[in-house]
Amino acid sequence: MPILDFARGPMLHFALIVFVFGVLWRLVTVFLLGYRKHYSEARNSAAKSMTGAAVAVGSRSWPHPEFIPRTGFGEAVGYGYHIGLFAIVLLGTPHVEFWQNLFGFSAPYWPTLPTGFINVISVLTIGLMLIATIRRVTNPVLRRISNFDDYFSLVILYALMISGVMAVFGIGGRYEYVLAAHIISFNLLLIWYPFSKLMHAFYIFPTRFIQGYLHSRKGAAS
Amino acid sequence: MSTASQTFSNPGAVDESLSDTERVQNAMQSFATHFGANTAANLESCIHCGMCAEACHYYIATEDPKYTPILKVEPFKKAYRRESGAFAPFFKLFGFKSKITADELEQWQELLFDSCNQCGRCSLICPMGIEVAELIEIGRRGMFEAGLAPRELAERAHRQAETGQPEQSDTPYPEMLAEIGRKYDVDIPLDRDTAEVMACVPRTDLENNPSAIAAMAQVLNATGTDYTFRSDALVAENYGYYAGSRGLQRKISMRIIDQAKKIKASTVLVPECGHAYTALRWQAAELAGEPLPFRVRHVTEYLAELLEAGKLKLNKIDGESFAFHDPCQIVRKGGVTDAPRALMNAMGVNLREMPNKKGFSFCCAGGGGVNDLERAKPLRYKAQELKLNEVDSTGAKRFLTSCSDCRVAFNDAGEHFNWDKRPESLVELVAANIKE
Repeated sequence: MPILDFARGPMLHFALIVFVFGVLWRLVTVFLLGYRKHYSEARNSAAKSMTGAAVAVGSRSWPHPEFIPRTGFGEAVGYGYHIGLFAIVLLGTPHVEFWQNLFGFSAPYWPTLPTGFINVISVLTIGLMLIATIRRVTNPVLRRISNFDDYFSLVILYALMISGVMAVFGIGGRYEYVLAAHIISFNLLLIWYPFSKLMHAFYIFPTRFIQGYLHSRKGAAS
Repeated sequence: MSTASQTFSNPGAVDESLSDTERVQNAMQSFATHFGANTAANLESCIHCGMCAEACHYYIATEDPKYTPILKVEPFKKAYRRESGAFAPFFKLFGFKSKITADELEQWQELLFDSCNQCGRCSLICPMGIEVAELIEIGRRGMFEAGLAPRELAERAHRQAETGQPEQSDTPYPEMLAEIGRKYDVDIPLDRDTAEVMACVPRTDLENNPSAIAAMAQVLNATGTDYTFRSDALVAENYGYYAGSRGLQRKISMRIIDQAKKIKASTVLVPECGHAYTALRWQAAELAGEPLPFRVRHVTEYLAELLEAGKLKLNKIDGESFAFHDPCQIVRKGGVTDAPRALMNAMGVNLREMPNKKGFSFCCAGGGGVNDLERAKPLRYKAQELKLNEVDSTGAKRFLTSCSDCRVAFNDAGEHFNWDKRPESLVELVAANIKE
């Protein structure tokens, strides 16, 4: 099966190289830009500010009660499909095997979820992604601020998720072709990743940390 | 009523002396000076979730998506991607990111100045932790350099930097201060050679609410504070900050810093003025490029210190109910959350907190120079309705705050909506209840 061999051979390796170097480049070009020294009198000590920063990294995952009535649904959908994606990628048996083969190691303990459970999560995740997509298209704010990056990232994610579900349920033709489509989607995701908003996975914690630190330094709300 | 007492022949119009090319170049140069790691992380992190809109009083009041906070920094984001981002050469080569145009910048004037108070509520809702308010501040700086800051703010900033007064006045401000002393029969020390505390006044109170200034002097006198005002550094507001001019903001701040150094003050006292607090407490040292040899305290913070030290004793007032508006710059962005409550508590104020309080309070919609923009009034009123409704929902009979700009904004809205309350100064309430 040349297409499958190509997808999990040279294309995957190329995609990984683009991903690794692209991500590193994006991080380096941001975090090496330099930091300003602060001269104003801090309200809190550096240690307390660092603690505030660490707290913000975690606490910002949950909206402040004042905002929940307006953002609760959007946040639930967003975090919902992210949790689904993580569960599938990190706890699905085929994916665990894939990671171990790819990196050439065998983890002494790597828990997995039963296949049936992962299948349910996959379908739910696609459902949540659909809701997120509908919101992006219909909500006036989201529609106004969305760009090519938002939609193209979603297209790749859909391709990845749908081909994965098709492979699991044996629909859409010969298994090898569907699996090849799934791996090619993954490769495209890796290649697109450093150029796109998907980079938020790497920025989220440093950005929260920086804001948490600067706000704590002033004793401000965070 | 706005804070403006001076009218402008062509309000809100742009500085006509620059060509379109110069505007774009100047804006880009200004943006480029802010391409540091923190800013870049903020610009790179946005996932376009739109949540910041749900924190913004302008969006909530109008439901117009153009008021989405992160959208207000779009020219800056675009400039970053094209000029400094990781793939800037690639984007330029293939034309993926077009150059900013002068037209685009002009369109952004309303978004950056009329519909943003730099209140920072959007920064608290962002799940990525993006400091949206700071990006907007940088956006304003680019607009100023492009000659696109509203004339009302830019001209006042220039005047304040040159003369110490943002506006011409028939009576110079020091004389107005002396007149307030005479009118309210309170000793207001001016231009003493040395003092432990150097105090400033809000220009808006000099003109609109002199009793608040008299009250501050009365409390300082009663507590035996060794203080003075200085003619050369009287005004607390910083129009350079409002207009987005780093240079003028620095010049205005240095006027206060130099005077405080001259009289060897150990504390500079910021009166009831929110943006003055941000400009002096957090930004003056950064602009000076060195730590300040004195501390900067908001008047409520200072009075709470005196209270704790037992130097200020207050009478209990009867059980009349009050709502308190937390000014964004002082509380949300400045961290002075407990001090006003300590003062109210000491007076036995029956405080009825609003649903969105402390760091999460809705803005008065007048700060950040918006009070000075006549054309922004209709939009401001819409945004203010949110807050007036919140105040009413507490059932409180009276309404307190600790920022003169907020008071101006609420007074104006109160008149516009024929509201049954008017904002009162917390310091005035303190002054009226000093235990002899």
